[in-house]
Amino acid sequence: MGRAMTRTRQDGSGNQDGEKPPLDPLVLAQIAEAIASHVPHNQALGIRFVSAEERCVTLALPYDEKLVGNPLTRVIHGGAITTLLDGTCGTAVFLALREPIPIATLDLRIDYLRPATPEKEVHARAECFRTTHNVAFVRCEAFHPGSGELVAVANGTFIIFRGKKLGHRGRGKS
Amino acid sequence: MNLLADLVRMSRENRDFTALVDAIPYLKFLGIGMESVNGELVGKMTYADALIGNASLPALHGGTIGALLESTAIFQALVESETLVLPKIVTITVDFLRSGRPVDTFARGTITKQGKRVVNVSVEAWQEDRTRPIARANAIFIVEPFDEG
Repeated sequence: MGRAMTRTRQDGSGNQDGEKPPLDPLVLAQIAEAIASHVPHNQALGIRFVSAEERCVTLALPYDEKLVGNPLTRVIHGGAITTLLDGTCGTAVFLALREPIPIATLDLRIDYLRPATPEKEVHARAECFRTTHNVAFVRCEAFHPGSGELVAVANGTFIIFRGKKLGHRGRGKS
Repeated sequence: MNLLADLVRMSRENRDFTALVDAIPYLKFLGIGMESVNGELVGKMTYADALIGNASLPALHGGTIGALLESTAIFQALVESETLVLPKIVTITVDFLRSGRPVDTFARGTITKQGKRVVNVSVEAWQEDRTRPIARANAIFIVEPFDEG
């Protein structure tokens, strides 16, 4: 999965949270897994954690008949991909912040490159490539593992509620 | 000729989308329905705990709001075009304006451009107060002019 997205921090812009020493990959994975499995609607879709690196995370959406958006083609609905992408982007922001700060999606643009193949799992890999005091910028790709064929790409921005604790005020990850 | 095309034709003629919605598993799963309210097509996502993205607030998962916006846009495109095939989404841009509270959510789409193949739809979602939208989106679909399945 050495995709174009792995151009991390080459823009010289610096990140509000970019100067921290690298975390143990195992710790990263534990954080990401906890976040991903904590979300009720992710559980309802069967979304699960796959892997995590610095600022990057991959989640998986298994194929299920209940997600079908077109009964003729049995292709899953774009909304299920939207949920996977939004959830993966949010998890990448949490990984970049490394603190339980509430965040909320400001905007998400999704390009659907091709219909997801029926019966195949969809993976999404998101990278939070820049954080400022207020905003996190994320890009994400959804693809079929194995072939690596891209299903969708997304760009998202998230507001960061610094100074607030998760579970208190602010919109949190929603 | 297929069952889905018949459902699309029937829905458009009768302005009753129940049978078509029922044929789409994901809409049933999310609790999304399409209602005709004062001549307007309104999408409705009935609240369920499984739609939550943030359990501590609680707030709806952004993905479910995106799904309601997209579905409502698809049905608006279906109503206003001749196609008998479900429109294919090309791109959607969602602005999340307010947190989605744990209540029913509604959406209404407006066609901003209806071309032969491309349909642009602007769509807005709200909860108790329609003047305070929780999200809005622009979506672009490709519609096939004829029923090719």
